[in-house]
Amino acid sequence: MAATDVDIFSNEEKRNLSLGGHVGFDSLPDQLVSKSVTQGFCFNILCVGETGIGKSTLMNTLFNTMFENEEASHYQNGVYLRPRTYDLQESNVHLKLTIVDTVGFGDQINKEESYKPIVDYIDTQFENYLQEELKIKRSLFNYHDTRIHICLYFIAPTGHSLKSLDLVTMKKLDSKVNIIPIIAKADTISKSELHKFKIKIMSELVSNGVQIYQFPTDDGAVTEINSSMNAHLPFAVVGSVEEVKVGNKAVRARQYPWGVVQVENESHCDFVKLREMLIRVNMEDLREQTHARHYELYRRCKLEEMGFKDTDPDSQPFSLQETYEAKRKEFLGDLQRKEEEMRQMFVNKVKETEGELKEKERELHEKFEQLKRMHQEEKRKVEEKRRELEEEMNAFNRRKVAAETLSLSQPLKKDKDKKN
Amino acid sequence: RLRNVRGKVRFMRYIYSVDKQYVGFATLPNQVHRKSVKKGFDFTLMVAGESGLGKSTLVNSLFLTDLYKDRKLLNAEERINQTVEITKHTVDIEEKGVKLKLTIVDTPGFGDAVNNNECWKPITDYIDQQFEQYFRDESGLNRKNILDNRVHCCLYFIPPFGHGLRPVDVEFMKALHEKVNIVPLISKADCLTPNEVKKLKDRVRDEIEHFGIKVYQFPECDSDEEEEFKQMDKELKECTPFAVIGSNTVVEARGQRVRGRLYPWGIVEVENQSHCDFVKLRNMLIRSHMHDLKDVTCDVHYENYRAHCIQEMTSKLAQDNRTDSPLPILPLPTPDVETERLIKMKDEELKRMQEMLEKMQQQMHEKDQ
Repeated sequence: MAATDVDIFSNEEKRNLSLGGHVGFDSLPDQLVSKSVTQGFCFNILCVGETGIGKSTLMNTLFNTMFENEEASHYQNGVYLRPRTYDLQESNVHLKLTIVDTVGFGDQINKEESYKPIVDYIDTQFENYLQEELKIKRSLFNYHDTRIHICLYFIAPTGHSLKSLDLVTMKKLDSKVNIIPIIAKADTISKSELHKFKIKIMSELVSNGVQIYQFPTDDGAVTEINSSMNAHLPFAVVGSVEEVKVGNKAVRARQYPWGVVQVENESHCDFVKLREMLIRVNMEDLREQTHARHYELYRRCKLEEMGFKDTDPDSQPFSLQETYEAKRKEFLGDLQRKEEEMRQMFVNKVKETEGELKEKERELHEKFEQLKRMHQEEKRKVEEKRRELEEEMNAFNRRKVAAETLSLSQPLKKDKDKKN
Repeated sequence: RLRNVRGKVRFMRYIYSVDKQYVGFATLPNQVHRKSVKKGFDFTLMVAGESGLGKSTLVNSLFLTDLYKDRKLLNAEERINQTVEITKHTVDIEEKGVKLKLTIVDTPGFGDAVNNNECWKPITDYIDQQFEQYFRDESGLNRKNILDNRVHCCLYFIPPFGHGLRPVDVEFMKALHEKVNIVPLISKADCLTPNEVKKLKDRVRDEIEHFGIKVYQFPECDSDEEEEFKQMDKELKECTPFAVIGSNTVVEARGQRVRGRLYPWGIVEVENQSHCDFVKLRNMLIRSHMHDLKDVTCDVHYENYRAHCIQEMTSKLAQDNRTDSPLPILPLPTPDVETERLIKMKDEELKRMQEMLEKMQQQMHEKDQ
C-alpha cells in the first residue's frame, strides 16, 4: 500500500563533486544562446531631449539606418511619445528595435507637466507586461516586450550645467528606467570646456540623488572596459549620416569651414564609446536590469497599491490570487450595475424616440386627413360648379332649341294671318 | 564533441569589422552567453522505476560520478509494505567554467510493495508541490531569489524482462505525462539481443501510442539545418525508447579503460553505440536537449498547472469563465440573447416607421404640385 504522506529526504549539504570525465553539460550556454537566437531579440530605446537636439540623427548614426522621420515642429501643445518599431538583422541575429521619441519636449512655455507623458508611457509598458503575467493563459515566451530598456537623455551643449527641466525630468525617471545622459551636438564645445562641463553635470546629478545607469563592473570579462567607461559619462556625442572624404576614406562627419568633425574619431567625440557600451557590450545587461529591477519595483508598488500583502508562510498561501479574485468580483459587480443602468437608459431612450415618432406619425395622418378633406371640399365645389355650368348649358340649349323652334313656327303664323 | 543541436549558432567573436555597416548588435548572443555562464545553471532530474533496474548506476554513468555512496538497500521482506519515498540529492558540478546545480530525485519503493495501488501518488504529489511552491514564489511581492525546484525530466525505467509495458508502467506514465517530461528507457538492456531490443522497442512505442501516453517529444528540426544533422535527428527519434546499460566499474576493453560490465562471454561497453543507446541518451539529455527540457517544463507543464490552479480557485467565485482575464481591465459579459432580440425588434420597427413617414411626405409633396 502506498503511503499518503511523502517523506522527503534530501542531503542538505550540497556536495561539490568532481567528474570522472567529460559529461557534456558545458554546452548548456550554447543551448540557451541557440534558443535566444531563434526567438530573436528586442530592444527599446527612449530618446528624451529638446526638439532639434539631434535625437533622430543620433539614432540613424548609431544603427547605420535612415529611420524615417520628419522634422518635428516647435509648436506642439504638449509632449507626446512616438514609438516606432523596426526589424533589423545582422549576421544571424534578428533585432526588433523600437525607438520612442519625445516630441515637443522642452518647447512649451510652462514645462511643469512635461515629464508626465514620459512617465506614463514607461508605466504603461510595465502595466502591459504585468497584465500578461497575470493572465490565466499566458504566453510570456513570445510576448513582444515593449518595456523601455534604456533612456538616452540629451543634454543641451550649453557648457554650463544641466537645465532645470533636465534635473526634474531625470529625477522622475531614474527609478523607472536605465538612464544614460549624453551631451548632444558636442562639436560646439571645446576640449577644456567639455571636461569642466562633464564634471559639473555629474556633480549636479550626484548631489541631487539622480541614479543613472552604471555599466556593470562585476562581470569578469567586461569589468575593465565598463569601469573605465563609467568615468567618461556623460558621453559627448556628435551624429551625422553624411559622408565626408578624409584622406582616402569616406567617413561620417560634419564639414565645417574650419575642419571636419569625424563621428567615429574618438578624439573628436565619444560616439564610439556610446556605441560600444550601449550595443556591443551591455545591451543584454540593460534588458536584464529593466526586467529584474525596474519592472519588479513597478510590479511590487502596483500590487501593494492594489492591496496585496506578501505571502505569509503559514496563512494565506495564495493571497495574491484570492485578493485578486475578490477585487475582480467586486469590479464585475460594479460593471454589471453600470451595464444595467446603461441598458435602462437605452430602453428609455428608445421608448422616447418611439413616442416621438408615433406623435409625428399621428400629426402626419391628421395633416393628410385634413388635406384630403380640403381636397374633397374643392372637388365638391368644382363638381357643383360643373353642375351649375351643365345646368346653364342645358338651360341655354333648351332656350336655344326653343328659340329655334319658335323661329321656325313664326313664318307659318304669318301665312296663316295672310289667308284670313 | 557533438555538435550543438541547433547547429546554426556560429559563435560570434568580438569582431571589429571594417564593414561600415556593422552596428554591433550581432554580439548579443555573446552577451547572453557570458551572462548565463556567470549565473550558472540548474537541472532537476527524476528517476523512477522498480528497485534493481539500474537507476542509480545509470545516473552515476551519465554524470561520471558517484552520487550514491553508502546507500542501504532493503531486502524483500522489508519491502512488502514498502512506502514510496522521495529522496533528493543535490550536487554542484562544473565543466569548462560552466556551473550546474544538479538535483536527482529518487523514488525508492516505487512498485516494490505487493499492493502497488496508486504508488505514483507520492510522486505526482511531489511534482505538484514543486509547482505550487514556484507559483507561490512567483506571485509574491519579492521575487529576487526564487529557487526553481521543479522537475525538468523524469527517466522512467521499463524492465527488459517482459513483453512490453505492464499495467503499472502505463498507469504511472499516464499519471505523470501532463506534469513532467517523461523519457521512457528500457533498462538493463544487456539481457536482450539486438533483435529482441528492436522488437521490444517497437512494442513499447506502439503501446505508448495506443494508451495515449505523451512522452517527451524532441523538437522538430529547422528546415534550414544541414542534411547530416537532420539525418542524426531522424535516427535519434526512431531509436526511442532508448535501451540503456549503466556501470559503476571501469574495465579494460580493446586496450582502453572504459565503463563496462565484465561477463564470461564478453565485455559490455556502456559507451559503445553498437552495444546500447547510452551515448544517445546522454547526448540528448545533457548535451543537446537539457535546456529544451527545462523550457518545456516552464512553458507547458508549469503553465498548465498554474492555469488549472487559478481556474479551480476562481470557479467558485467567478460568474464568467473567461480564460484570459487580465486586471484591471475586465471584458464585459456578452449581453443575453433576449435583450439582443428586443433591441433588434425595436430597430426594425423604427426603420419601418421612418419609411412610412418618408412615403407620406412624398405623396403630399406630389399633391401639392
